[in-house]
Amino acid sequence: MRAFWGMRIDDPWYDVLATGGAEVHGTPPGTPLQQAGPPPPRREPAPPAAYGVYPTVQRSAAFQQVRRRYRRFALPVSAAFLLWYLGYVVLAVCAPGLMARSVAGVLNVGMVAGLAQFATTFLLTWLYTRHARLRRDRLALELRWETQDMARSAVAAAGPGGAASGTAGEAAR
Amino acid sequence: MSGHHQTLTLLLFSAVVAATLAITSWAGSRRRGSAEEFYAGSRLFTPLENGFALAGDYMSAASFLGIAGLIALYGYDGMLYSVGFLVAWLLVLLLVAELVRNCGRYTLADVVAVRMRERPVRIALGCSSVVVSVLYLVAQMVGAGSLVALLLGSHGAAAHTWTVLGVGALMVFYVICGGMRATTWIQIVKAVLLMGGALTLSILVLLRFGGDLAQLLTSAAGRSGHGADFLAPGLRYGGAGWASRLDFVSLGLALVLGTAGLPHILARFYTVPTARAARRSVVWAIGLIGSFYLMTIVLGTGAAALVGPDAVRRSSPAGNTAVPLLSAELGGGADSTGGAALTALVAAVAFATILAVVAGITLAASAAAAHDLYASFARPGTAAGRGDPAGSPPFPRQRGGGRKRQRGDGNRTDEVSVARVAAVAVGAVAIGLSLLAQELNVAFLVGLAFAVAASANLPVLLYALFWRRFTTRGAVWSVYGGLLPAVVLVVFSPVVSGSPQALFPGRDFACFPLENPGLVSIPLGFLAGWLGTLLSRGDADPARYAESEVRSLTGAGAV
Repeated sequence: MRAFWGMRIDDPWYDVLATGGAEVHGTPPGTPLQQAGPPPPRREPAPPAAYGVYPTVQRSAAFQQVRRRYRRFALPVSAAFLLWYLGYVVLAVCAPGLMARSVAGVLNVGMVAGLAQFATTFLLTWLYTRHARLRRDRLALELRWETQDMARSAVAAAGPGGAASGTAGEAAR
Repeated sequence: MSGHHQTLTLLLFSAVVAATLAITSWAGSRRRGSAEEFYAGSRLFTPLENGFALAGDYMSAASFLGIAGLIALYGYDGMLYSVGFLVAWLLVLLLVAELVRNCGRYTLADVVAVRMRERPVRIALGCSSVVVSVLYLVAQMVGAGSLVALLLGSHGAAAHTWTVLGVGALMVFYVICGGMRATTWIQIVKAVLLMGGALTLSILVLLRFGGDLAQLLTSAAGRSGHGADFLAPGLRYGGAGWASRLDFVSLGLALVLGTAGLPHILARFYTVPTARAARRSVVWAIGLIGSFYLMTIVLGTGAAALVGPDAVRRSSPAGNTAVPLLSAELGGGADSTGGAALTALVAAVAFATILAVVAGITLAASAAAAHDLYASFARPGTAAGRGDPAGSPPFPRQRGGGRKRQRGDGNRTDEVSVARVAAVAVGAVAIGLSLLAQELNVAFLVGLAFAVAASANLPVLLYALFWRRFTTRGAVWSVYGGLLPAVVLVVFSPVVSGSPQALFPGRDFACFPLENPGLVSIPLGFLAGWLGTLLSRGDADPARYAESEVRSLTGAGAV
């Protein structure tokens, strides 16, 4: 334990960056609760307190909105570009005559379709990141802190074990 | 090839090896021992760095030399490959990268295990990840052997054997001494070298044609001997009946769906701190990979126009030497100093590419072996509980504790030692198989690795992330239901028996007409997952799905 404290001082931004920068907000660095406490509970049976939080969040309107926005964009777009790609491959091997038809100069249908594959890939990449940045990121981040806060208070309220190790942790700090 | 050129090439090869060893010792001297560091480089990379590393992991020597060579020989049909390799990244970006980053910790199995019984899922996905990695590794190493022999101008089995042994030893050394940090930096350096090399050659080609792309295409078509057909599909996959066409569709499907299931690509998302950083690294990777494949089109048509397909075919029937020949031509001819220097540079870039790609795959295979297989077999009790993302419920206090614990915890350090041993074992197996297979044409192995990844890893990943009712049985069936058909179909395909180029040319038990099993095995993987879920005794636990969904979309509790 001494060694790890020493490490943390050597490398003060370890915790901050490794958990996503802003997470200090949710997790004060250096809360070595588990060190003092008993080993974490086994998977089965699942600790009811923390797991109870997720269905609650899942049912919340804010989460439903994040999920709807993500799925409404990602799923149809994925289906569309997969179809467009498969259509291109099937046409290329089954209808080379069509692909060889000239469009302008040396450019034929196949060349245009191939370059269009590159172009749509770049375009969809841009559209997706734009959509995620403007429509989803902020909501998702707020939900992340909220979920983590809820989980923490649920655990604190649930077991004497969690509470005990919590006070031990506070004392240790 | 001249002796002058060979000395220069050897010097540059040594420089590449020295640089990678320096990176490894630098990375290895810092924070050894923690699993976080070994598997994920402490998650401290920026999106830009990880984007370059993703591109470096993905663009193998096969794509640098192989695709350009295919374009030089077959024109448009060579391009078809690069389109599939690029479009695959959209799937990674839209459906996989962020969710995997949020849910998982070190491996693909972490993501699925969040909502399933851990042991069977980890064993299944650990097996399929190791199989994919070893297939890919053997393809890369056999390719490396013949390529380096070719680039150094030395022929014969001895040079080939020594190359495979040397590359294998180096890759194991990078992984066990430097872990993810060294591997990532090697990928970044390699990606910069590769992009720089491709860009330089492309500019030189375009300068030759006065910047006129149309003239480049026209003269390539003219010199190819096929005329306008060179610029249209059909030279490679058009003839010979429906089997070869279906084969290409199968390969295309495997390429586009397989990337999202490649363990060494998925492992890269854990090296950045957040899902948003994972998304931005994929955007960088798409930009780099897209522009790289556009440049291979220029290089391939340039080789066809300036060197000519006949000269390329004389030097290497598969076209692998098209780019080295092109660089000699661009430098002023094979016997000139400029030509020799440029060829040596290209050879060094290709060598760096080989080293970086095999290191990345070895690391992913060792992670699957240690974190999934060893953890399930050797300590079944602890696998489900201690320090595991799915085991410890991811609320900050415990998670913070879990993170600290890894650095001091005996089991975690133990797991890293196991991972190092696994890296040696994977390396030994890959070296052994590559030596056995060195006389064979293993180009199909890359397609096969993608097909297995798409059939065994992708269905279970997508179901786990998106299907509420998916169960443990469904997950296990889906992995084996994709893995086994893919492997069995290849055994009964013309690449193993029944044709002159087969593994066993003397025997004939081929009854499956396609070389790439993807067209059949990918739907089977999805079907098996669906059937397994329908036939499960119990229903899926809605609370665990809620956990998986909330975590994957919000990042709550992500490490």
